[in-house]
Amino acid sequence: MEATSTCPSYSARDYKSEVKPVWCPGCGDYSVLGSITKALAELSIPPERVALVSGIGCSSRLPAYTNVFGFHGVHGRALPIATGIKVSRPELTVIASGGDGDGFSIGGNHFMHACRRNVDMTYIVMDNEVYGMTKGQASPTTAPDWEKSKLTPQGTGINPFHPLVIALAAGANFIARGFSGDQNGTAQLITEAIRHPGFSFVQLLSPCVTFRPEQRDWKDMVHPAAVDPTDDPARAARRLMTDDGFNVGVLYRGSRKPFQPERQASVDSVADLEKEFVL
Amino acid sequence: MTARSVSITFAGSGGAGVMTAGNMLLDAAGRAGWYAYMTRSSGAQIRGGEAAAMMRLSTSPVQSHDDHFDVLVAIDWQNVGRFSAEIPMTSDGLVLGDPDGGDFPEQIGAKGARCADIPFKKMAKEIEGGRPNMIALGAVAGLVGLPEDAVLGVVRDSLAKKGEAARTASEASVRAGMAFAAGLPACPRLAAAEGQSERLWSITGNEAAGLGAVRGGIRFVAAYPITPGTEVLEWLAPNLAKLGGVLVQAEDELASINQIIGASYAGVPSLTATSGPGLALMTESLGLAVASETPITVVNVMRGGPSTGIPVKSEQSDLNIALYGLHGDAPHLVVAPNSLADCAFSTQWAVHLADSLQTAAIVLSDQSLGQSRATIAPPLDPGFRAIRLMPEGEAAERYRRYTNTASGVSPMAVPGMKGYQYTADGLEHNEYGTPSSAAADHSAQLDKRLRKLAVHDYGQHWADIEGDGDIAVLTWGSTTGPVREALERFRASGGRARLVSIRLISPVRPEQLAAALAGVARVLVVEQSHGAQFHRYLRAHYDLPGSVRAFHRPGPLPIRPNEIFRQLADWS
Ligand SMILES: Cc1ncc(C[n+]2csc(CCOP(=O)(O)OP(=O)(O)O)c2C)c(N)n1
Ligand code: SF4
Ligand SMILES: [Mg+2]
Repeated sequence: MEATSTCPSYSARDYKSEVKPVWCPGCGDYSVLGSITKALAELSIPPERVALVSGIGCSSRLPAYTNVFGFHGVHGRALPIATGIKVSRPELTVIASGGDGDGFSIGGNHFMHACRRNVDMTYIVMDNEVYGMTKGQASPTTAPDWEKSKLTPQGTGINPFHPLVIALAAGANFIARGFSGDQNGTAQLITEAIRHPGFSFVQLLSPCVTFRPEQRDWKDMVHPAAVDPTDDPARAARRLMTDDGFNVGVLYRGSRKPFQPERQASVDSVADLEKEFVL
Repeated sequence: MTARSVSITFAGSGGAGVMTAGNMLLDAAGRAGWYAYMTRSSGAQIRGGEAAAMMRLSTSPVQSHDDHFDVLVAIDWQNVGRFSAEIPMTSDGLVLGDPDGGDFPEQIGAKGARCADIPFKKMAKEIEGGRPNMIALGAVAGLVGLPEDAVLGVVRDSLAKKGEAARTASEASVRAGMAFAAGLPACPRLAAAEGQSERLWSITGNEAAGLGAVRGGIRFVAAYPITPGTEVLEWLAPNLAKLGGVLVQAEDELASINQIIGASYAGVPSLTATSGPGLALMTESLGLAVASETPITVVNVMRGGPSTGIPVKSEQSDLNIALYGLHGDAPHLVVAPNSLADCAFSTQWAVHLADSLQTAAIVLSDQSLGQSRATIAPPLDPGFRAIRLMPEGEAAERYRRYTNTASGVSPMAVPGMKGYQYTADGLEHNEYGTPSSAAADHSAQLDKRLRKLAVHDYGQHWADIEGDGDIAVLTWGSTTGPVREALERFRASGGRARLVSIRLISPVRPEQLAAALAGVARVLVVEQSHGAQFHRYLRAHYDLPGSVRAFHRPGPLPIRPNEIFRQLADWS
């Protein structure tokens, strides 16, 4: 969505609400909130024209902390709510957000189908490789040998899910990875994701300092992607399959046409439809 | 011998054209000014198996089956015995079949009905391009006294696109059938049509639900197919598009219900349709619609359950899940159409109520309403629309989305309204929508969500109440049809009884029901559920006067008027 010159200009504060976040001090999600509001200010989209939808989890608490139209739904269902909003009100800027558990586990089916459907919206996942809200269980992106969860004390022993590869295979039109600690860089990624037509997926490494304190080290591990984004899915697949998971930047930019059904009436009234029933 | 109602079943193997014959008979009857009703039954095969079109033609409006069938016409006998339980007949009945149509099924023979031959195959061979099903259509038309013009008119219109040869062959087949009927044993002929001033409609209950939805203002639908709900969605797909609305096929029912919650939040009246297993998947998010006060309508076309159950047959056994399936205290609307035509009214009313009260509405239709077709007097648009209370003017202070009003309904802003940004929430919240686990906020919001349903004026539509007397039959949904008919007979035999068919299942209307049952000494509860779900619901929420009997049994066989009549007649 392009800003027009007649739009009033906004600052990041205009997109923040008075509600105080419940997050733990040091949680990566604070910074994501900052990045999202910065991106919206950069794009100068009036707050009332933005819909921000989430599921359930620490990260999914985000909408209430903003001053846009928010929807805090149930666990795993942010994407279908966002789909319903965008398809019926295409003039709105629609963002879905949430955690790795919300998006890749309970909502995994919606994730694949949202990529495939390619509705023009942006999906931001704050990935901390853990279920923060339920106090530290393994998520689909948790390493198999993480033994700190009471539920899987020997580790899960199963391979983590690779959200970017799945997004690509399922048909997402824009794929990026960011690190919450880099608020400006992440704001830039989100800005690009919102601007890009179709379904844009942004994975944000956002540390859970409470249940994954070792993620504080992520700030030293992330590095900018070495090459420019590609529009070739085969090349993108190779890169995503082989990267170290800390490669940040825009990684894929596709050009698939977004899904947006026509909304042009061809009859004047419901009464016109009734003719088919008359004997 | 003339009758005011005649019942006929066409049966045959896959490809015999049973449904075509049934549909044409229905249309022809409608054109001749009679009312007609048709249900279909098919074998276990996905496609192309044996099929039966069960029809009832009548001089007055008819939307349910009679006790028995007067005529069974089998185009061939392959597997037709499987339908036997669904085709009750007496010794007065007439079974017509082709001596070359395969082995005559024992179960059919056991009915003791009169039998006669129609050599469909042989007759069809004598006509260039002749069709056995069209001969059967002609024979039935001849037997019951349908005017030739009406039948040939329907044949011509239906085959207009198939070309001259196909049309001529079918017309000749119909004429041959009619001529043959003259030599067949007599069966009741239908009394003359009671001259209709208006042209009738031919419609199914599922189509009627779709019509009610768009009349009510639904413009967004999310769809995941499931028998027997799918046809509501399939009717809506092209028709919503014509109205500038949108239907999205979702990846599952979790998605479909959340898509409609999203679209409704965005300001567009929204609906989905499903059947039992799909409703089960939707229940968590129905609670979200209730808690976030986002209006949505879910049409649930009931089938035999639990689990995958009997997908193609009717049962009233989703009442409990519709009423009690939501976790937490989650007041919502449950509305039940009580006839095929009422699927239009009840769905439209539910859409209107959902939007007026900003909550979830479940419409409990069932397979026997949804998948049956009838000719009906055109249902007038009752005028119910999805209209929401919205805030007006500039937002002065911080918007309180869930402000605790006297009516319980709070003005609902939609995205785009400047200054009215809020976050809709399934978490318990305060008046602003901010999450809160404070006891005061929880009870205030619970009270508000209950109150808005409790204080609303639902008018007379909460139930259909007919007749008087100190016996009352209490029922709901599709069993209302046979109950009505049983009561007519009961009255004709000198009895006096009233009907109370509850349309607004939730919220309950104890005062209104008490008034409707004033002076009643005996209450007969009728429903199609093994577990007597409706009876238990009545016991939980209402005081029933006098002595109470519950007549309940599961599907798949429909409850017939004589079963109910016997309950009334034997209760002395
Ligand atoms: C249907 C359902 N199942 C389980 C839960 C419990 N639950 C709440 S949040 C959550 C996981 C959150 O993990 P994630 O999405 O990664 O978010 P985070 O807290 O890590 O930000 C779970 C399992 C729920 N709310 N609803
Ligand atoms: S538990 Fe983890 S994810 Fe949740 S708020 Fe605390 S730090 Fe953030
Ligand atoms: Mg997480």
